[in-house]
Amino acid sequence: MSENGYAFYFDSTACTGCKTCQIACKDKHDLAVGVNWRRVYEVSGGDWVLDEGGYRNSVFGYYMSLACNHCANPICLEVCPTKAISKRDDGIVLIDQNACIGCRYCEWACPYGAPQFQDDIGRMSKCTLCYDYIDEGKSPACVAACPSRALDFGPLDEMEAKYGETSELHRVAEIYPLPDPSLTEPSLIVKPHRNAVNAANQPARVANTEEV
Amino acid sequence: MSKKNFLTETLDRSILNRRSFMKWSGALGGTAVLAKGGMAWGLETVHGQSTDVADMASAAGEEIFWNSCNVNCGSRCLLQLHVKDGRVVRVETDDTGDDAYGHQQIRACLRGRSIRKRIYHPDRLKYPMKRTGKRGSGEFEQISWEEAYDTIASEMQRVKAEYGNEAFYINYATGTLGGTIAKSWPPESSPIARLMNLFGGYLNHYGTYSTAQIRRALPYTYGSAYAVNSLDDIANSKLVVLFGSNLMSTRMSGGGLVYDLQEGIRRGGAKVIVIDPRHSDTAANVADEWIANRPGTDAALVAGMAYVMITEDMVDQPFLDKYCVGYDEEHMPEGIPANNSYKSYILGQGEDQTPKTPEWAARITGVPAATIVRLAREIAQSKPAHITMGWGSQRQANGEQNCRAIPMLAILTGNVGIHGGNTGAHPGGYSIPSATFPTLENPVKASISVFMWTDAIERGAEMTALADGVQGKDKLDVPIKFFWNYAGNTLINQHSDVNRTKALLEDESKCEMTVVIDNYMTPSAKFADILLPDLTNWEQDDLVPSGNSARQSYYIFASKAIEPMFECRSVYEMCSEIARRLDLYDEFTEGRTQEEWLRHIYEPVRESNPDYPDFDSFREMGIYKKENPGEPIVAFQSFREDPEANPLATETGKIEIFSKALYEIGHTWELPEGDVITGLPIYAPTWDGLDDPLKETYPLQMIGHHYKQRTHSTYGNIDWLQEVAPQTVWINSIDAAERGIEHGDRVRVFNDRGATVLPAKVTSRIMPGVIDVPQGSWYQPDADGVDQNGCVNVLTSWRPSPLAKGNPQHTNLVQVEKA
Repeated sequence: MSENGYAFYFDSTACTGCKTCQIACKDKHDLAVGVNWRRVYEVSGGDWVLDEGGYRNSVFGYYMSLACNHCANPICLEVCPTKAISKRDDGIVLIDQNACIGCRYCEWACPYGAPQFQDDIGRMSKCTLCYDYIDEGKSPACVAACPSRALDFGPLDEMEAKYGETSELHRVAEIYPLPDPSLTEPSLIVKPHRNAVNAANQPARVANTEEV
Repeated sequence: MSKKNFLTETLDRSILNRRSFMKWSGALGGTAVLAKGGMAWGLETVHGQSTDVADMASAAGEEIFWNSCNVNCGSRCLLQLHVKDGRVVRVETDDTGDDAYGHQQIRACLRGRSIRKRIYHPDRLKYPMKRTGKRGSGEFEQISWEEAYDTIASEMQRVKAEYGNEAFYINYATGTLGGTIAKSWPPESSPIARLMNLFGGYLNHYGTYSTAQIRRALPYTYGSAYAVNSLDDIANSKLVVLFGSNLMSTRMSGGGLVYDLQEGIRRGGAKVIVIDPRHSDTAANVADEWIANRPGTDAALVAGMAYVMITEDMVDQPFLDKYCVGYDEEHMPEGIPANNSYKSYILGQGEDQTPKTPEWAARITGVPAATIVRLAREIAQSKPAHITMGWGSQRQANGEQNCRAIPMLAILTGNVGIHGGNTGAHPGGYSIPSATFPTLENPVKASISVFMWTDAIERGAEMTALADGVQGKDKLDVPIKFFWNYAGNTLINQHSDVNRTKALLEDESKCEMTVVIDNYMTPSAKFADILLPDLTNWEQDDLVPSGNSARQSYYIFASKAIEPMFECRSVYEMCSEIARRLDLYDEFTEGRTQEEWLRHIYEPVRESNPDYPDFDSFREMGIYKKENPGEPIVAFQSFREDPEANPLATETGKIEIFSKALYEIGHTWELPEGDVITGLPIYAPTWDGLDDPLKETYPLQMIGHHYKQRTHSTYGNIDWLQEVAPQTVWINSIDAAERGIEHGDRVRVFNDRGATVLPAKVTSRIMPGVIDVPQGSWYQPDADGVDQNGCVNVLTSWRPSPLAKGNPQHTNLVQVEKA
């Protein structure tokens, strides 16, 4: 295990927005409706102009799949009043539900929306990186599920070595709608969709707020 | 940065949006059920799961069974069912091998991954029932299997005596698609068909709701509706043009065409153009350029491009001269009047005297003329180009024209029969042999279009070959009186014009008996007279042939993972027991159980394919995969190499741009006003189309795309999927603003046929003037009979397309207003 711990890799150019990662996660962890440890964001933008009887458009769209980034500087851990959140030696950030009081500070603080409130027990939960699978030598459920092989995971330095040349290491904030990575130093490597350039240069929005 | 500011900033920047699914679901009038915990679904919720000691239950005491997701998506995915104490506790997918392309893992999509929710759904049918209220009321009472079998058998004998075997019908039904014995489609290969054939037969149908128009029309061009270069061949293409093809939603398996498309583009670097009224997930994922044209105008777009190719001398004239009939006046079939060639039509020298200029096409399609010119040049000059279509283009009132027009781009540019090219037909791939269950021959030869069973109930004895496309005889003798509906939702939900169909079925003097076999209380199941609870494929053994995949083909042994739930029984057992009451038991079973049949029919396949595993080893393996040992498949390669020695299966043996057979049909059949059948693929304006005067009342064109939440209507009752992919109507921001509609508003979509209410997805990802209600959502009428769940078929029409008499379910004019 590297000192930096594990990281997710996400290839936005491969993601079709199918949400298989979300459902595989929900099945693995028995998550109810309303609790989404992984979420797929639809980004879209662009306009229409009537031109010589036809329409021109500048429409674009792409998807971003996000779970918990098991950040180097996890703000959720910092704000938790009961110290229910810890970071393991391998970098995995976990919530101890026995200590959690469901105050939702972590949910408000996390810029990625990772901690999820569980209505049924009044506590928080979030992505565990399927550490039980990792211990068995398997990939996290979402990674093994992706029909487009858009997800990968591994020690951060290995992921950087494997994907660094073709990917933004998520050290910049231009990949809409990701927040400034300096906030939490996420263990996340993203290969941006080519349309992320459009989102940087013209109005874009998360178009599926009701789904995430 | 202070802590306070930090928090404020993260809040402002946060992409998290508080759980608003609750809000949307509440607005559905209580139709969606919210889970407060997994227990409501019989799932085991592990509390405290995020602690160090949680999640460790996974491996202990679990047994893994191989099975599959058997629905009508065109893919077929491997599932691993983890069973503990007789219950499926977790679902994984193919994790075998190294996942290298060519033997890649057959990874299930979101639907397959949610199947625990289907197995343990609270609405599973648990025991046989008979109707007690009005048909369609959903009022039933439990009966014994004995009573159910007795009732069905005696009704079969009564209807046969009174009307004859032509009065029996097995409806198109694809809810159990993938098995070999537990198999609802094609209906003629289901156990019901074997039973009915032994009983004297039933009224056949031809075509499918997926492919009615292309299956009927494209063979006039090529002699085949399905011949294509396998999708892996796009690695050899410079350009890929996808007409209305959204593989990212229609072929979602990670072992199938969606992955083939992505991989082929990665390998070959082809430029990709997607032509679709909606910016589909395929457009978002792979398109270098998205061209939005109005629904039903593909043929006009092609004609506009053909005009550019012809007038700028960019067509492949030697190819057209050598391989085709009907391009120009010098290559017409005998007996056809002058000026009927394709070139004459395009240049305005034909009957309509209208040159199909880019400006002409722009008015119809909504694509700017300059774009049409640029696109035509690009397609003509990027050889080889893979031109392909989805099946949405043909599911139109003029669908036969569209699906013969799109291939014209491949034909004009000589891209047929070469690597990197294609015919224009729907993507496909490699396949290996599999076993089939023998269902014997149907003594009844009469056949109707798959789409015209409602007409056959209403006015069967009036239906003729020339007016209604009856095949096998000149006219039907009797209407449909006995209706089998095994594993399908086309009895009400997936057929057009739900309100009209509902009224038809409610009249019990018309169709006298409906037998529905299903797993859930679907909208169609509510119209059963006798309702039988089927096993799922996870409760029985079966053999499952490959889904669509370009580079590899496979075969799945689907093992029974859990014991049958409740009183559910297999369709094989049901048919055996009904056969017993008709003195046909021995003939039906031939003395075999379901497993004995599987062994019996698998053995000869294995003998002719020696590398297949034996039956018992196959059960252990779960999946057998084979990579195409050769080059990517090229359709009509031998024809291209030697057209004399390897003619096509058309009348002339050549590519028939002009079909004399169609021309003659067009002059023989009795067609309603406005319908045309032509020798050439032309742009034919239609009812509920762009130029229909009805557009003044209903100004928006409506399509209904295949949506990731469901496979047609299957999985439409799964809360996880409703959450991550809710049913919404896609509407352009401009159209929404004109109507004061904001994203998330409940809106009413309506026309003269009906109305449905659902939330609006206000987006730039659909062209102005077009809306999209994803097909398959379950019909849920309120007390006033108005659907509250976005069931598109309350808005679609019974009127069939001209030639195929197929379903034109993307041809609709509607209006939208705030609900």
